[in-house]
Amino acid sequence: MSFPVLSTILLAPVAGLLTILCLPEREERLIKITAAVATFVSLAFSVYVFLAYDKAKAGLQFLETIPWVQPFGINYALGVDGMSVPLVLLTAIVIFTGVFASWDMEHRVKEFFVFLLMLVTGVFGVFMSRDLFFFYFFFEVAVIPMYILIGVWGSTRKEYSAMKLTLYLLVGSAFALIGLISLYLAGSAALGYPTFDIATLGSVGYDLSFQRWVSFLILFGFGVLVPIWPLHLWSPDGHVAAPTAVSMLHAGVLMKLGAYALLRVGAFFMPEGIKFWAPLIAVLCLVNVVYGALVAMQQRDLKFVIGYSSVSHMGYVLLGVAALNLFSITGAVTQMFAHGIMTALFFALVGQVYHKSHTREIALFGGLAHQMPRVAAGWLIGGLASLGLPGLNNFVAEFLIFIGAFTREQALFGGLLSFRVIAVLATLGVVVTAIYVLRVFKHVFLGPRQAQWDHLRDAHGAEVVPIAVLCGVLILFGILPSPLVDVIQVSVGSLVAKLESAVQIGGIF
Amino acid sequence: MIELAWLIPLLPAIAFFIIIFLVRPLRLFSALTAVVAIGLSFAFSLAVLAEVIWRGISMEQPLELASRWLALPGLTVEAGLLIDPLTAVMLVVVTSVSLLVAIYSIGYMHGDPGFSVFFAYISLFVSSMLGLVVANNYFQMFFFWELVGLCSYLLIGFYLHRPTAVAANIKAFVVNRIGDFGFMLGTFMLFLGFGTFNFLELAEAFKGANPAFLTLTALLVFCGPVAKSAQFPLHVWLPDAMEGPTPVSALIHAATMVAAGVYLLARGFILFASAPQAQLVVAYIGGFTAILAATMALAQEDIKRILAYSTISQLGYMVMAMGVGSLTAGMFHLTTHAFFKALLFLAAGSIYHALDELNIYRMGGLAKSMKITSGTLVIGALALAGVPPFSGFWSKDEILLAAYSHGYAGLYVLATITAFLTSFYIFRLVFVALFGRERAAFHAHEAPGVMTVPLVLLAVLAVVAGFVGAPFVAHGFGSFVYFAEPEHAVPNITVMAVSTAVALLGIGGAWWVYGRRQPASEPLAAVAPALHRLLYHRYYIDDFYLWIFRVIVLGLGAAFNWCERHVVDGIFDGLADCIRASGRRLRRVQVGRLQSYALVIFAAVVIIVFWMALPVLGGIR
Amino acid sequence: MIGLGHYLVVAGGLFAIGLFGALAKRNAIAILMGIELMLNAVNLNFIAFNRFLAPAQVVGHVFAVCVIVVAAAEVAVGLAIVLGIYRRHLSTDVEHFDWLKW
Repeated sequence: MSFPVLSTILLAPVAGLLTILCLPEREERLIKITAAVATFVSLAFSVYVFLAYDKAKAGLQFLETIPWVQPFGINYALGVDGMSVPLVLLTAIVIFTGVFASWDMEHRVKEFFVFLLMLVTGVFGVFMSRDLFFFYFFFEVAVIPMYILIGVWGSTRKEYSAMKLTLYLLVGSAFALIGLISLYLAGSAALGYPTFDIATLGSVGYDLSFQRWVSFLILFGFGVLVPIWPLHLWSPDGHVAAPTAVSMLHAGVLMKLGAYALLRVGAFFMPEGIKFWAPLIAVLCLVNVVYGALVAMQQRDLKFVIGYSSVSHMGYVLLGVAALNLFSITGAVTQMFAHGIMTALFFALVGQVYHKSHTREIALFGGLAHQMPRVAAGWLIGGLASLGLPGLNNFVAEFLIFIGAFTREQALFGGLLSFRVIAVLATLGVVVTAIYVLRVFKHVFLGPRQAQWDHLRDAHGAEVVPIAVLCGVLILFGILPSPLVDVIQVSVGSLVAKLESAVQIGGIF
Repeated sequence: MIELAWLIPLLPAIAFFIIIFLVRPLRLFSALTAVVAIGLSFAFSLAVLAEVIWRGISMEQPLELASRWLALPGLTVEAGLLIDPLTAVMLVVVTSVSLLVAIYSIGYMHGDPGFSVFFAYISLFVSSMLGLVVANNYFQMFFFWELVGLCSYLLIGFYLHRPTAVAANIKAFVVNRIGDFGFMLGTFMLFLGFGTFNFLELAEAFKGANPAFLTLTALLVFCGPVAKSAQFPLHVWLPDAMEGPTPVSALIHAATMVAAGVYLLARGFILFASAPQAQLVVAYIGGFTAILAATMALAQEDIKRILAYSTISQLGYMVMAMGVGSLTAGMFHLTTHAFFKALLFLAAGSIYHALDELNIYRMGGLAKSMKITSGTLVIGALALAGVPPFSGFWSKDEILLAAYSHGYAGLYVLATITAFLTSFYIFRLVFVALFGRERAAFHAHEAPGVMTVPLVLLAVLAVVAGFVGAPFVAHGFGSFVYFAEPEHAVPNITVMAVSTAVALLGIGGAWWVYGRRQPASEPLAAVAPALHRLLYHRYYIDDFYLWIFRVIVLGLGAAFNWCERHVVDGIFDGLADCIRASGRRLRRVQVGRLQSYALVIFAAVVIIVFWMALPVLGGIR
Repeated sequence: MIGLGHYLVVAGGLFAIGLFGALAKRNAIAILMGIELMLNAVNLNFIAFNRFLAPAQVVGHVFAVCVIVVAAAEVAVGLAIVLGIYRRHLSTDVEHFDWLKW
């Protein structure tokens, strides 16, 4: 067996976590350095995996298998394919920069980093698991520390938001669990032996009505996490309450778990089921995009703006999933990556502004670009990425999604609506995004210099790391998207081939 | 040499990164970096133009170099170069104006705290603009199209401490976004219909395509130029964009970026030629914009705003030329306009530099103290007014001739009236600002050499640039840049005489009203106050848009926000409250006494045992 | 001859006494004693069933020994809790032990 690269990525945060547990509480600097080193190891190996992934061979690579509970067919099995490689990389980048974004953390530093590393272990695990049991296990590992992180280190209405978030996500995961167990039971029965292996279970052709209902459970369960309208309310509230690094991980990565699971479990296991529900997803995603953007325009708190912009942008991911073709799903995965980087950048910047000025009220700011030019530049790049400016990663993603949605000819709801209309209206969301992003930028950073903010110091030292790294990634993959898109499309190709061979179930849509 | 054309857009981009990351603290060095990079691009562009002529690369046989930028099965996006006479001319126009403006800016921006950043932005702009010019497909065009929009946004808001500037840049970006939305849909349509973005492949594919589909596509693509080239109804951003530094107004908002829309129409000419109805729309939008903006210019008092409306009006001319089917005329006017309008703006900038004043009614008599500036400004004005033999005359004449000979009599009349208005409003500016008495106490002084030299060079270009396309030149512009077949300009004496007459009439009229009487304030306001108000407020179009935005977009946002907080959140919080309330009721069951719990447990055990024993006992009889 | 029935009757009686003690007594220690009685009644049943139904095996003995061990542990923990509560509240009356309520 070759060097276990994926286990190293997964366990480096665990090793860091254990080391931090052994360190005395007052050694705050050492704790932060440990966390940075641990996440850097993950990042370095993630970059290696991204570069070394063999696009010609495609499929799952870097496999590792350790039998765990044989009678039930549970294995500790890791592996990545083209869809998960970018997301592993995304997670590694976000947590690495997230550690630097929490460099000024002062309250209960030790526990904070322990939970943060625990959270990220769960996220890595979900993206790398080849085993349905561990998939769910890591999923829950990722959700639970969030409650504590928000409840203890959060700000505005933190207990309320933490509880809201946890309840939404747990209700969702309860539905998903029922779906996953049904899949396990039905799959094992069809195969004749118990297994939790995702590839094996995915190859079973499930009964059509079974697919229809189980895919609804999966859609509901993981859709909460995406978040799909109207189950999205946990996310703006959660974003606002969470401390900087947690917001970054939360919006940057955790939301992607839902969309990833929709593709990995929903579309891959039950192509007919997902096709059946796709029109519903398409309509809801339109609500996400337009409604999210318009609500974002009305917010007075910086973090709420970004929270609703995430709702709006994840709508594009859903649109990509709903259109179910090569362009759109490739675009959806690219958008997951791009949005993750962009929103992490936003939260890192808001964190800095909030930490220094102790407010996030947009109306109170003005002319901050005079005092904080680096923060303003970072915000502008994030904002431009958000409104889909060419040359930044999000443009490539949105372009692929729109092209994909646009090329899909399907009448929905008995011809009342066509997919193309949805695509056009969703494209209109880009205009609305431009309005709210630039308005916020104007209100906060532009305008005359205000003496009351003269004490704010521009980003320096460790604070520059997140801005530089995240902006760099956005620009790099914006100018040269093909390394990223090529990795994604090899795996999406096989998924789409499967979807195309699946028959369409007639039904209420 | 021509294979190295990709260096032309790349060099300024490198300059941008060098300035931002390396030499920003060294102010003069930053400026030099930008000027050298743009200068090299200019040299390369000249070389490309020379080689295009020498090698005989024509509109029918362009040179294409492309590499794959993004590829999925069934979707290939290229990054490429399409070199034909159109590209070569545009490259030279853009790089020459950029170079002169960059040199001028060294003087104009002297002492500004953002000096280095200004040159970084200018480099980025030039790079994006050149990337747009060399594009070989619609996607690349859109890519750089948006990037020049970004540069425009950054440079309009360059004085970020001015509230008006930061309001203007948002307006510019959002209005452009609306147009780009249509353009983006248009490119999607092209991909949907023909599976490619490439100009040459599309040109082949249009043969035999569904005309209705082509018309819709062409109209969607046209949305891009409507916004970028400030055509009605999306013209509102350009006058406000004058909040940027004057060199920016000259380069981006007069000579190059706003002309990108016209360039797109030229590049995608075959699309419009294949969709006659769409072409008709293009022609009428252009013609209407030309006269609308010219009337608005009559009542403005801000020197840069007058020039901005004039730009809109002239862009309307170019768009109209494309619409009536003459690529040559449109591109010719684009070229000459780039020179004389850049000249006018730079001269206005020179005045602002000296006086710190933009209102023409607080100037006057500048011809005495600022000889070079005034002289070049008058040359620019003569070119704009279309007085022979200045460059504007030849190109405007081409457009009028095209409208006349292609059978658009209405547009011809409209354009001729516009020509009269043009020469009237520009000489109103000249007479009020440059001649007559000094209306305010100021001490005007001539600009430094670094600013006057570009002015003089541009003035020379504004005089001579027209000769390349003048009808008496045998192998002129028309046999070089054309669509379908070379256009040999046949001089039409009637059209020429009429256009010269209206130009002179306009100048005479301006002298009669403004030069002779030297009014202290706008005479129109006294004669016809209602009309003046209407024109001054630009027919209230901006206010109407603002109303739409405030009431509809923000209103919708507020409604959704209310719904979010009260309906959606209300439902889920209500659900949570229900569960909490039922818990509050149910907790009464927990009396908290150990022994009653034990009793319940025991009773439950008994019942369960009894139930399990039922089969043995023979069931319930 | 003493048969299975006799053992069951004795065990049943013992269980009933223990149950009564556990449910009706107020003193926590008496309740613990009642629980012990019930456990011993169960033990008695195990042994009796083993002796009369499957004399060859020693399953019942094994279970009885397990129960005795668990019961000892339980009493140890239980008495410790009672002692702890007594030290704090100077009472062993279960009527007062209602802090888990609501």
